[in-house]
This record gives sequence, C-alpha cells and structure tokens, in this order.
Amino acid sequence: MSYHKMWAELGLNLEAHDQLLQVLSQGYQQLFLSQENRPTGMQYLDFVMSEIHGLRIQELVDAQKAGRKVVGSFCVFVPEELILAVDAISVGLCTGAEVGFDLAEQYLPRNTCALIKSSFGFKLGKMCPYIEASDLIVGENTCDGKKKSYEHLKYLVKDLYVMDLPQMKSEAGKALLKAEYLRFMKRLEELTGKTITVKNLKEAIEIVNAKRLSVARLARLRAASPAPISGLDSLLINQIFFNENPQRFTENINILCDELEARIEQGTGVAKPDAPRILVSGCPMAVPNWKLPAIVEQNGAVIVGEELCTGERGARWLTEIKGETLEELIDSLVERYWQIDCAVFTPNTDRLQSIKKMVQEYQADGVLQYNLQFCQPYTIESGLYETELEAAGIPVLNIETDYSQEDMGQLSTRIEAFIERLKQ
Amino acid sequence: MRYAGFDLGSRTLKLVIMEDDKLVWQQVMPNQYNFQKQVQAMLPAGSYDYLVATGYGRHYFDNWQNAATISEIKAFAAGVNYIHSGELTILDIGGQDTKAISLDNRGKIKKFVMNDKCAAGTGRFLEIMAAALNLEIAEFGDIALTASYAEKINSMCTVFAESEVISTLSRGAKPADVALGIHNSIVDRACGLVRKVGINGKLIFVGGVARNSAVAHLLQKNLDSEVIVPPDAQLMGALGCAVLADKMREDAI
Repeated sequence: MSYHKMWAELGLNLEAHDQLLQVLSQGYQQLFLSQENRPTGMQYLDFVMSEIHGLRIQELVDAQKAGRKVVGSFCVFVPEELILAVDAISVGLCTGAEVGFDLAEQYLPRNTCALIKSSFGFKLGKMCPYIEASDLIVGENTCDGKKKSYEHLKYLVKDLYVMDLPQMKSEAGKALLKAEYLRFMKRLEELTGKTITVKNLKEAIEIVNAKRLSVARLARLRAASPAPISGLDSLLINQIFFNENPQRFTENINILCDELEARIEQGTGVAKPDAPRILVSGCPMAVPNWKLPAIVEQNGAVIVGEELCTGERGARWLTEIKGETLEELIDSLVERYWQIDCAVFTPNTDRLQSIKKMVQEYQADGVLQYNLQFCQPYTIESGLYETELEAAGIPVLNIETDYSQEDMGQLSTRIEAFIERLKQ
Repeated sequence: MRYAGFDLGSRTLKLVIMEDDKLVWQQVMPNQYNFQKQVQAMLPAGSYDYLVATGYGRHYFDNWQNAATISEIKAFAAGVNYIHSGELTILDIGGQDTKAISLDNRGKIKKFVMNDKCAAGTGRFLEIMAAALNLEIAEFGDIALTASYAEKINSMCTVFAESEVISTLSRGAKPADVALGIHNSIVDRACGLVRKVGINGKLIFVGGVARNSAVAHLLQKNLDSEVIVPPDAQLMGALGCAVLADKMREDAI
C-alpha cells in the first residue's frame, strides 16, 4: 500500500522521505533480520518498524479525523498519562539519524549534539511524519542545547509548548515539577476541550503502567544466561515504546516475554553462554540509531540492559494509583517522574546506584557508557561514573560518538578491545 | 610452528615471524593501500603455520584459514609484555591512533583509552606538519630538539594547525622553534591520555612515532617519569600478534 498521498498531505518531502525509508529498510534488514535465532515474537516489531511511517501515521491521521489530538515530544519527562487522559495520542518525535544537518546548521552551531540537530534536520528536511502530524509539540528544559533550540523551533512548527524542569532534587524542585505538570494539564485540556478527571487519569495511568510493566518483565528475563534476546532487538522494543499504540504494544511484548520464558526454560538464547554481557548506559538512542549495539553484538558480546532514556531510565518506575482525588493522583504522578535520574540534575548520584544495581541484576561484565558528542551532562557525568565503577571492580568503556558512520572503524577497535578485556 | 604477526596499520604494514619463541623475520613496509598485492609479497606461501593480524586493516584476514584477528590494544599489550614484565603503562602513537594502556603485574589490561576520532596528535599529524615545514620526517624530532624556544601551536585540527604553522613561519619564526611547538602539542595530548589510565611502574612508548627522538624526550619531561622506548618500538603490535598466535591457534581448534 502506498502512503504517498498521506505523506504529501502532511507536507513531507516525498523524494527525500522515500530515500530515508529505503536506507532505513536496508539498515534494518542488515542489522536485525540477519540475526540468528531471533524470537518469533520479534515479527511484531518487524511489522511495526516496516509501518512506522506508514500504518501508524495512518492511525494518527484517522484518529485526528475522529476528533482526537496528537501530542509529540522528545523526552521521558513528558507524562504520557496526562496525554492519554484527555484521549490524545502520545508520540516520540524523529531524532536518531544524520539527516538534514546542513539545514539544521542554519539555526544551530555545528557543535550541537546530534540528537538536537537531527530533530531540526527531520523537521526542516520534511522527513518526520510524526512532527507533521502532531497538533502540539512539547519541548522540555532539560539541557541547555535543547532549551535554547526550542527558541528557534517555536518558529518552525505550528504549536510548540515548552515545559520547564527542575535541575536539583530539592523540595522546591519537586514543587516546580508539580506546577509544570498542572500547567501542562491545562494546556492539554485547552487543546482537546476535555477535562482531566480522576476516572480518565486512573485509566491512563493503568495503560502506561501496564506498558512499563511489560518492558520491565522483558528486562528481568534478560538476566538469564544465555541471553534469550539480543540487545539490538531489546533496544528496538524500547524505541518503539514511544510511538506504538500502548495497549497493542503491551499485549505483544507480553507475548514475546512468554516466548522468552520458554526459551530460558529450554536454555536457548541468542548468544553463547560465555559471551561477555554488557550494560549500555548514557544518552538516548532514538530510531534508527543502532550503531553501538550492532558493533557490540557483531563482536561477540551481548547487551543485557539499557540504562538509557530509551530503556530503563524512561520506563523503570510505575505510578502508584492511590487516593480518590485528582490532586492525590497528580502527586503520585509527580512522585513517579521525580525519580528519573537524568544527567541534567545536579548532583545525580541516584543514577550511579541505578547502574550498579542493573549490573548486578543482569549479571553484566562491564558497562559501556555511550555519550553523544557535545552532550555535556552525560559526558561530564560519565567521567565521574567511570572512576566510581572501576573502583567497584566494574570495567567501563567510555565512548563518544554521533550519528555518522565515519567512526565505525575506530569504535569497532575500542569495543573489540573492551570485549577482549572482559574476556581476560 | 611458525607464527606470523601482522600489523596492518594506516601508514605502515609490519610483519614478524616467530619460530620456537624466537624472532626469525621482521619487515616494515609503507602502506600502499593495496593489501592483496602487499600481503602476497610479504607473506610467500608456506612462510607461516598460523597468523594473527591487528591494525585497522586486520579484517582483511577475517575469512582466511589459519588466521585470527585481535584489536591493537590486545596486540600492543602482548608485544610489550613479552619484553617487559610487571605493572606498566603503554603509550602507542601510530599513524592515525594514539592509545594508552595500563597493564597489571600479570600483563592483563586494566584500562585503555584512545584519542577521539580526529587525527590530531598522531603520526599522520606529524607527517603533515613536517611537510609544512619542508622537513624530512626522519629529521623532524632532532631539529625540534635544537630549538631554544617553542612556538605555541594552538590548533587541535590538523588542517588548521597546518595553516597556523605556515602563518607562524611567515611571521618570521624559526623552523626549529615551530617544530618544537608542534612536538609539544602532540605530547600534551598524549600525556592527557596517559594520565587517564595512570602511570604505574614504567611507561613504555611504542608505535611509529616512538622513533621520533623529541617526542620521547618531551614525554619524559612532561610526565616526570622514566620513558622507555624499546628497540623495534614500531613492531610491538605485530610482535604481540605472533606471541599470542600459539594460544589462539589452540583455542581455534
């Protein structure tokens, strides 16, 4: 089925977008479909990926025709629960590929991180159907790069809303987060003409909790040896988490987990039992940024966890459904998001504990800290953590890279050497 | 058993052959970017029983029979460890990579770091700067050591550094002083990497750039630590491959 008419109506650059999809599809085949002994449950993800700019966008457009709204965002601090409570659809926006950087550099300095540049590139190159289909785009004041880039983005999209975020885990910081969530609620109510109630918010929390529980279940199963599923496939699941219909996602991930449980029982997996097990930690990896896990797993190691925004940092905690008033539910929501250990906080010692805990739970042999070049919060933090983790006897490799392919050789050498170090 | 260690570096190809734990052959060739032709010429039929390759071109041997590949880090660690035992730190400055590796007293890799993805501070950087000064690479270090003053070269980027060198010269600076400035700039970067892995015990300086007298001298001065340049410092990667070949052959069977 051709989606060209829909894409044209959304204002995409059809030629450039076709090229992008072709590259995506080739990359997907090379990296994902070539893996041996994949769980059959991954066919669901293969289908979702093949339709990520097709059928899923069609669903968004159809929902809009039926009166629903689409809210696009870039960050795990934007509460999906509030978006679902007003019966809107929450989607993550495109930002994982080196596209439109020449266009982005009209607005942003060259030494801006690839994630921010990519979000501008997708918009300016007219290649992201999600941003074009969004009725509201939510930016958030995490790092300085994002915060300041929104001052430009405001003029490039139809409706940008910027959410402020605290930088310290103090009582005042928490009060700010709550105030910002209340302000966001109002904005969503204005957008949709619907009111957030105890009932619809509870339902929304249940949907999102179920989704998070399904990826938490997946995460636990990866503690098994041999690993029942590759890190590449697991990362994809954590990426699709942001764009797919939540109920359908939950259902299918649970089916996949049933299969993985059977695999573990039979002792089958995707890696050799003695393959070094690696935890990846650091900056988010958005579709189609699969570079690092691909190199790691092609070199005979297996990734057993993602301490990333597209991973446990985004999905770890649940919102406790307690109380009978809206106020109590909002407080509960704030409690949940307050635990996110993003590197924009100072100090951010909780994150080090999260990494150590994940290393232990998933029996990781080492930690690969992934830093996007020019991402100051994570890169600076990785230096501190490297010292702490090595002192605790946990081998660490710090990698600084971007979305380009030109450093594949150098990365491969470092990762190979790290795997050799783990095998000693 | 004859074991070949082959280091396919970005600027040079290095081959050593060991038999009964003795070095029986060694060869260094400039990389002419035609592996098929060069490897054939350097490795005549029957010259080895098992081969281990490293360097950026190591994957040329991926599907060869009786061959395996390892990273440069493992190769250099094994090569240096063959000559020097005990806790030590290795600095390797090659054609396009700089790496620092610390080994524990059993020769195991404790930590390693490499330069980021640009060529500043590598052998290639020195070559380009020597050319900008119209000097032979072989005499570059010796000339730098005759300087009484070091011109400051600030640019991290090879391209910008080249134009900085040219403008410094046109301002009337002495070539030897500029040469010293260039050497200081790469030593500063290398010291940064060495400090990241820490110096425990000796510092062994290897790789093609170890043949440059000024870099070794400046390293010793900056790090306030004894710097040892082994004979055949450039061959350490290839040597490490040959040393590990016996065990790798057994593991492959």
